[in-house]
Amino acid sequence: MSHAQDLPGWAALATAALVLLGAALTLIGAIGTLRLRSFFERIHAPTLGTSWGTGAILLASIICFSALGSRPAVQEILIGVFISVTTPVTLMLLARAAIYRDRTEGKGEVPPRAAPRRPD
Amino acid sequence: MTGAILLWSVAAAQAMLVAAMGCCTYRLIFGPRAQDRVLGLDAMYVSAMLLVLTIGIRTGSTVYFEGALIIAVLGFVSTIALAKFLMRGEVIE
Amino acid sequence: MSRVLPYPLLTAALLLMWLLLTSFSPGQLILGAVVAMGASRAMASLQPDKPRLRRWQIIPRLLGIVTLDILRSNIAVAGVILRGGGRDRRPGFVAIPLELRDRTGLAVLACIVTSTPGTAWVEHAPDTGVLLIHVLDLVDEAEWVSLIKHRYERLLMEIFE
Repeated sequence: MSHAQDLPGWAALATAALVLLGAALTLIGAIGTLRLRSFFERIHAPTLGTSWGTGAILLASIICFSALGSRPAVQEILIGVFISVTTPVTLMLLARAAIYRDRTEGKGEVPPRAAPRRPD
Repeated sequence: MTGAILLWSVAAAQAMLVAAMGCCTYRLIFGPRAQDRVLGLDAMYVSAMLLVLTIGIRTGSTVYFEGALIIAVLGFVSTIALAKFLMRGEVIE
Repeated sequence: MSRVLPYPLLTAALLLMWLLLTSFSPGQLILGAVVAMGASRAMASLQPDKPRLRRWQIIPRLLGIVTLDILRSNIAVAGVILRGGGRDRRPGFVAIPLELRDRTGLAVLACIVTSTPGTAWVEHAPDTGVLLIHVLDLVDEAEWVSLIKHRYERLLMEIFE
């Protein structure tokens, strides 16, 4: 726990604020998966954690390790890029799976296909 | 003084992230449908990755970064596989 | 040039990633370059469509707009969740006729729409170009259509088409 005393004051405060912000956003998103009523409403909730929740904590990590001087910390950007590219893919696939299941079972408020698909 | 503020707020953030994982675990267990469970699993992976990052900030050690990256990759692949499974009933066609 | 380095951008990005994950040294530079070139050769055998960037100067502007929009809708969605889903909120699907046809542009639009809290990409019909999105707080359907079309689609069409 000695590294916390080595940090300059502004870096410690910025890290603390950003970590709290990111964790709070992630928690609100997780609460959203509990409280919202239908699946398509719930699919919006995790994006809170994956957009600015992740972004704030990564920024805190960058500030913390750059100020400690152990490394010029930019590796966290890799996680940021990775998360922001992969989250839409997973959520899109999940939404398509859900809409497919709803349509085959014929329930839910899902609108029908916009146009008949051309034969591939 | 600022060091104590940092340690306490990181501890609070870790508690919030664990609570977030708890909410996702509820969705994972109680559904009600399969897609809700997969969504819960995906959100849980993200919270776990952020928790590992905060552990890294708390201990001042850089090895946790690799762990967080691996969790992110595994979460992506497993959610994709599960979503494929929901859509087609099989993962590899 | 095109035989040795089929995808120069991809090779450079992979090398950069390698150097970020390991620490910089001449040995790691050579090893990373070998791995990046091998990976981009493997990518060439998959023969994906090469995305063409018409006007890359607009990309920073698009990034700025998207970052601010995500921040704003983060606050909005956090408010919706904390208020506990009041009776006045009405979620729903919106169908948007898109003119954007470029596949890379559509992929970027999908990333933008999905990573913005409050909107989720559900389905896109490639033959008609109709996009179906789900909106958490649907007040005015026409407003969402014009938001997607004028705010993002126009810029993406300038960049990619």
